[in-house]
Amino acid sequence: MSTAIADKRPSTLRGARLPKWAPWAIAAGSIALGLGISAAAGLHSDIQWALIAALLHILGTYVIAARVENRRQAKDRVVTALVWVAFLLAVVPLASLVWSTVQRGVKVLDGYFLTHSMGVVPDSQPGGGIYHAILGTLEQVGLATLIAAPIGVLTAIYLVEYGRGNLARAVTFFVDVMTGIPSIVAGLFILSLMLMFDMQPFGFAGSLALAILMMPVVVRSTEEMLKLVPNELREASLALGVPKWRTILKVVLPTSMGGITTGIMLSIARITGETAPVLLLVFGSKFINANPFEGAQASLPLYIYQQYGSGETPAYDRAWAASLTLIAFVMILNLVARGIARWKAPKTGR
Amino acid sequence: MDISTKSTQAPPPIPQPKVTEQKRAARGATRPGDRIFLGLSRGSGILLLAVMAAIAAFLAYRASLAISKDEGNFLTTFEWNTGAVPPVFGIAVLAFGTIVSSIIAMVIAVPIAVAIALFLTHYAPRRLRGPIAYVIDLLAAVPSIVYGLWGAMILVPYLTGLFGWLDAYLGWTGIFSWEGGAPRSMLTVGILLAIMILPIITNVSREVFRQVPQMHEEAALALGATRWEVIRMAVLPFGRSGVISASMLGLGRALGETMAVATVLSPDFLIHGSLLDPGGGTFAQNIASKFSEATEFGRDALIASGLVLFVITLLVNGAARAIIARRKEYSGANA
Amino acid sequence: MAKRIDVSGLTAYYGSHKAIEDISMTVEPRSVTAFIGPSGCGKSTFLRTLNRMHEVTPGGRVEGKVMLDDEDLYGAGIDPVSVRREVGMVFQRPNPFPTMSIFDNVAAGLRLNGNYKKSELQDVVEKSLKGANLWNEVKDRLNKPGSGLSGGQQQRLCIARAIAVEPNVLLMDEPCSALDPISTLAIEDLIGELKERFTIVIVTHNMQQAARVSDRTAFFNLAAVGQPGKLIEIDDTERIFSNPSVQATEDYISGRFG
Repeated sequence: MSTAIADKRPSTLRGARLPKWAPWAIAAGSIALGLGISAAAGLHSDIQWALIAALLHILGTYVIAARVENRRQAKDRVVTALVWVAFLLAVVPLASLVWSTVQRGVKVLDGYFLTHSMGVVPDSQPGGGIYHAILGTLEQVGLATLIAAPIGVLTAIYLVEYGRGNLARAVTFFVDVMTGIPSIVAGLFILSLMLMFDMQPFGFAGSLALAILMMPVVVRSTEEMLKLVPNELREASLALGVPKWRTILKVVLPTSMGGITTGIMLSIARITGETAPVLLLVFGSKFINANPFEGAQASLPLYIYQQYGSGETPAYDRAWAASLTLIAFVMILNLVARGIARWKAPKTGR
Repeated sequence: MDISTKSTQAPPPIPQPKVTEQKRAARGATRPGDRIFLGLSRGSGILLLAVMAAIAAFLAYRASLAISKDEGNFLTTFEWNTGAVPPVFGIAVLAFGTIVSSIIAMVIAVPIAVAIALFLTHYAPRRLRGPIAYVIDLLAAVPSIVYGLWGAMILVPYLTGLFGWLDAYLGWTGIFSWEGGAPRSMLTVGILLAIMILPIITNVSREVFRQVPQMHEEAALALGATRWEVIRMAVLPFGRSGVISASMLGLGRALGETMAVATVLSPDFLIHGSLLDPGGGTFAQNIASKFSEATEFGRDALIASGLVLFVITLLVNGAARAIIARRKEYSGANA
Repeated sequence: MAKRIDVSGLTAYYGSHKAIEDISMTVEPRSVTAFIGPSGCGKSTFLRTLNRMHEVTPGGRVEGKVMLDDEDLYGAGIDPVSVRREVGMVFQRPNPFPTMSIFDNVAAGLRLNGNYKKSELQDVVEKSLKGANLWNEVKDRLNKPGSGLSGGQQQRLCIARAIAVEPNVLLMDEPCSALDPISTLAIEDLIGELKERFTIVIVTHNMQQAARVSDRTAFFNLAAVGQPGKLIEIDDTERIFSNPSVQATEDYISGRFG
């Protein structure tokens, strides 16, 4: 039994192990070294010493583990180190994004800012607000939802409840394709229509482009939710002699309502931040325009872009404040949507 | 899923003989309510198809208007001069910039995202996993314009040091040489895009890794595998197709991203050998920045470039689906 | 190769829940020991403490001693990875790696431990597959995915994978419960052959199986749901099934509960 191969394996269960605090010690050492090297070389960027420290940490881990333990353990530890470094590396920019938006955004964000338009305030002067932009965004997104949500939900019903054959397969395929359309291409499509009919920018044009972006997302999420409804429920209802359409309306949809709502809200959150189509189709305005069917309108993401583009310090402050408002709106939508999903989850029997 | 085949076994109280219902449902139900409802839902599906067809048709039509008057070669000209008489424009620089910036973004984002996904499923302290994943999920919803603003105001100034460093040590390669302009180059765009698509790729990969059956991981553990070996033997092979589709999702985002690129890049119409020198452009960025001063003809030209972007994203998505389909055949048997 | 296992005062927890309490027993080398008992009595948990797989479960924690010959598996400085290398395991549901071929599945454990020549690997794979009575069925398709085999073949593939690294002990957690009677018989025959070389511990729900394959049988029970499982008695299989010393054992075996 004991061939040459069997003899190669370690004769004991014991292996030299690094103590539990070893990774932390190596990390601390690498950071100190990284800072030292940066200071010595006259590097000033925080990114640089952090990268040096990360590199030293990974190398140090491998060398020390390979000496004290063995190659396999060393590899395992290096991967652990890499995974931690990757995580920290990613946290820094994402945390910075959130932090700087909040920190710079609160500067001019107040009641006045939310309830006034830019009007005649020049970009170079402080003052003004985002009321017109909020109004525009709400109208554009609201109209887009009114178009996309019913079409999306109905399409999903078709795919799950009736869908068979070539038409259903084509719809499934093109919903996938549609999910991948860049937002600017959706904007260009509506733009090409507007060029045909020689129209000027107006809010509803933006809604149409946003609706194109929203539809496939609604279809996908609704489909998922409808598939979760157990077939027994449908059969029970059909067996009672309830027609199929009433079964869908009275049994299937109410059961999956929570999930469908969540999906729609998440897709609203997604299109609210879309800038590119709005830039092409709605154009932006400094004034309040409550009519989405005529004349250029403002929009929150577009406002951020235009304030940033003006290159003036007070405009930067407004851009940050508008970003904070936009993020807050999107996050609230997300949190509420997830709340609904969680609250409804047990009832749909997931 | 298959309701009507199952309902053939339903008891008789339903008026029509059940066997034929399947055929009827396909043709259109007999009951008025059913007919209306089926019509509505099928109509929505057809409308969706019509929209897709219209997008392709209208973009192609407007693009053809522009391309037919183009005096340069639409694919190879290094110029975008739609106001000139005759107009000269081409997408070479845009295609190059779009692809290069997306490749940079993928090279940075995919390994880090996979690492974070593994961190969240296998390495992080158990109590932190849920909350961190939730936060990353939320970050995926941050609008791209906010990333753009942050990139231009915070990231760009920070990159000066990094660029100097790259120039000093890797400048000899050519692609990392730097003449010292503002760090608003293709590399900047790539880095910002990487940060943007990181949460998306991370989330999808994490979901995939979570679905690796416990029994495969235990099989590896019971053979005496370390944590990394478990991941290599059981987790990564199982999650490969999922990670690929997640990456393609991210790539699709990166290719079509407009605002984040438009805010951090100082564009020009040249292909630069160095990733650090400002200049170049992407399809989406070019459309956004050239749009406001474009004439109707200029807009048609931009639509033509948008059509190319559309085709590229379609190809990427198609490739992703093909890869996933092939992988499924191999590992799907008991996946 | 086979080693003796000597457990003393072993208690295992899931978080704050005590799953098994104060278990002591000896498992003889080159024999088959079967664990029987009602569901939830902790026999699988106990099995998983024998190769330190229990601590992989979130909240899993162990107190007490498990001596493998003269080394305590839970002693200071013991590497759980090496423990699992020496104490192999076969699971309830066959779990070959789905993306690996039959050959790679068997070679997986060896490849972890250093560099083997292709010919060496081939020898071990052939030997292990023969040892698992699977060689004749798969020798022509070693490069096909292991997931293409039948359930019983997959389970024998998993056994081949486990014995390829020449462990000292082989733990089997209800290895036949997902299999049909014919495959079950094949595995039982295999167990009879493997005990010539390995110390085998098998958890089973099937008392006939315990009676058929094992030399010694341990009966586990729990006082009530939520209470920790305990070892009631361990003895020669013949005695357990004919004349157990504890009333509860007799009740369980004669089908009065569980």
